[in-house]
Amino acid sequence: MNGEQLSPKMGRRGRKEGIVSILVNKNTRVVVQGITGKEGSFHAIQCKAYGTKVVAGVTPGKAGQEVEGIPVFNTVADAVKKTECDTSLIFVPPPFCADAILEAADAGIKLVICITEGIPVNDMVKVKRALRGRDGRLIGPNCPGVITVDEAKIGIMPGFIHKKGVVGVVSRSGTLTYEAVHQLSTLGLGETTCVGIGGDPVNGTGFVDVLPLFEKDPETQAIVMIGEIGGDAEEKAAEFIKNNIKKPVISFIAGITAPPGRRMGHAGAIISGGKGTAAEKMKTLEAAGVKVVKNPAEIGAAVKQALGR
Amino acid sequence: MNVHEFQAKSLFAQFGVPVPRGKEITSPDAATAWANELNTPVFVVKAQIHAGGRGKAGGVKITKDKAAVAGLAKELIGKTLVTHQTGPKGRRVHRLLMEEGANIAKELYLSILVDRDTGWPTFIASTEGGMEIEEVAAHTPEKIVKEAIDPAVGFQGHNGRNVAFALGLQSIEPTVMNPFVKLLENLYRLFMEKNAALVEINPLIITKEKTLVALDGKVSFDDNGLFKHEDVQKMRDLNEEEPLEIEATANNLNYVKLDGNIGCMVNGAGLAMATMDVIKLAGSEPANFLDVGGGATKETVAAGFRILLKDPNVKGIFINIFGGIVRCERIAHGVIEAAKEVKISVPLVVRLQGTNAEEGRKLLAESGLRLEVANDLWEAAQKIVRLTGKTA
Repeated sequence: MNGEQLSPKMGRRGRKEGIVSILVNKNTRVVVQGITGKEGSFHAIQCKAYGTKVVAGVTPGKAGQEVEGIPVFNTVADAVKKTECDTSLIFVPPPFCADAILEAADAGIKLVICITEGIPVNDMVKVKRALRGRDGRLIGPNCPGVITVDEAKIGIMPGFIHKKGVVGVVSRSGTLTYEAVHQLSTLGLGETTCVGIGGDPVNGTGFVDVLPLFEKDPETQAIVMIGEIGGDAEEKAAEFIKNNIKKPVISFIAGITAPPGRRMGHAGAIISGGKGTAAEKMKTLEAAGVKVVKNPAEIGAAVKQALGR
Repeated sequence: MNVHEFQAKSLFAQFGVPVPRGKEITSPDAATAWANELNTPVFVVKAQIHAGGRGKAGGVKITKDKAAVAGLAKELIGKTLVTHQTGPKGRRVHRLLMEEGANIAKELYLSILVDRDTGWPTFIASTEGGMEIEEVAAHTPEKIVKEAIDPAVGFQGHNGRNVAFALGLQSIEPTVMNPFVKLLENLYRLFMEKNAALVEINPLIITKEKTLVALDGKVSFDDNGLFKHEDVQKMRDLNEEEPLEIEATANNLNYVKLDGNIGCMVNGAGLAMATMDVIKLAGSEPANFLDVGGGATKETVAAGFRILLKDPNVKGIFINIFGGIVRCERIAHGVIEAAKEVKISVPLVVRLQGTNAEEGRKLLAESGLRLEVANDLWEAAQKIVRLTGKTA
């Protein structure tokens, strides 16, 4: 899936009404796949309570039911036809999740946000390949989702810790993102949109896909990027930032104390063959002009300083 | 999940990748019996532990004397091997692989894993077999050959030929060209069908008889894919795992033992790593990584306590919970309940933030438990380090 093709389309509806946020806004129409499950129903209701337009749910064989007034359909295609949903939020269990992502894409969903943790890597290899060249974007899997503050919460993050403000947040982690958001809100800086890209080694959207969206977004004045050990997404981001991002970027990389060869919770968080260490990532980001904080308790303060507040 | 060499080789054989004739051996008698059956000029006896560097540590024995194998088996079984991958404590040998020797003409390196950048399964090959591939990549990167396989269509003949020609097999030994391409195809099938995370053959040898043989083998599996493969699940060897990590897995906790003395209990993997990092910044070392998950409950907190306190190195505990969906007052109840069941004899600092944090902190403060409550991450880290003493 390709973000450049997507963002103008996502923005089209928004621009008419002067909405300038990235990825999602108050007009985004959400279908929740796996809505009749425990997690799916709980979070569908939470998202709706935040103000998100949750217009449909999908569970095969349960069409006709409702979850707190949200109609349930058998297929995503039916949901699209009846409700004009354009964004999907997925809670389908790991064995069936690759199928669910592809079903959403086939039904013409433009933004697929997959929360599910534990999808086999080789399933994601096939999904990523199948989505290549298509018009749309996958965020996740194994992520907290996306929130545009006071407009739409499409994920599992606690809405109340967010305050409308000027900082865009993109992160590989869940609760560590909440920690950063909490600091930004407490310091009165607030956030524009927060995007969790997830902790799996093969995912739909990377730092380099989200960074240009924040750069273009007029409301975002600074960007917080939270990375962790494993892979080279942060190194790629550093290269991109050096050449394309003018706004201040503040970064924290988790796992400076993590030993090599051990998987730190996330499937993607592992130092292998001496590559993917936090120290290496920090060095590369610093060389690209990113303000790297070593202490996760100082993320908010560093942003404040960068903005001259 | 990792498996032993003998298990990797049995998978190789199953998928048509040539391996030496060999068998898992757990006693000297079995070694003698298998030696008689094997009937080969050279016997190789290899200690089976989940770590590399066994040869240098004395874990691989070679003999031409059939009568000597029982003695070698007796020497190796029960021995503790210390290699660069085991740590200073080493790893005790419980089983051996005994196989026929081979006449090596040339050693190659071959592996397959998913390239995270492209998301495609990718072969890595080199003519520098028998060496650590990281060393080869660092010093002679031109000797590394990479070939990505399009997962939409799977392995194609040209993928194999690309690798073979790039390695110069044509001039090394032209007769193995076609078998080599076939071997790569089989390895790709194994990798995809069994949800492997890494398949590595180092060395893959060309014998003096002009055949290919996987002389060593390493396979690790994607934990998320294990549910599809009962046969692979059965290969798990608990002897090779940290007992506390086994207990954690049984309780659905994500735990990795480390060498420091501050036990941490955190919700979420990223925050758990950040908590370890902040302990280090405050002047001490974390005793573990422990992620109790996004939906931490009283039960998970209690299980976490039990595991942390079984580690004799733990001199203090730092609980760091950012309540999102999980509410902090529930965590506070969990800590209070767990503290009644599990006797906590070390200093405890609890930092609660997020949903209902204030209520949670109040509950803890009024519980009469000997613990310190903190609001902010840095304050909490400094408190626990002050209570346990700096180490760094």
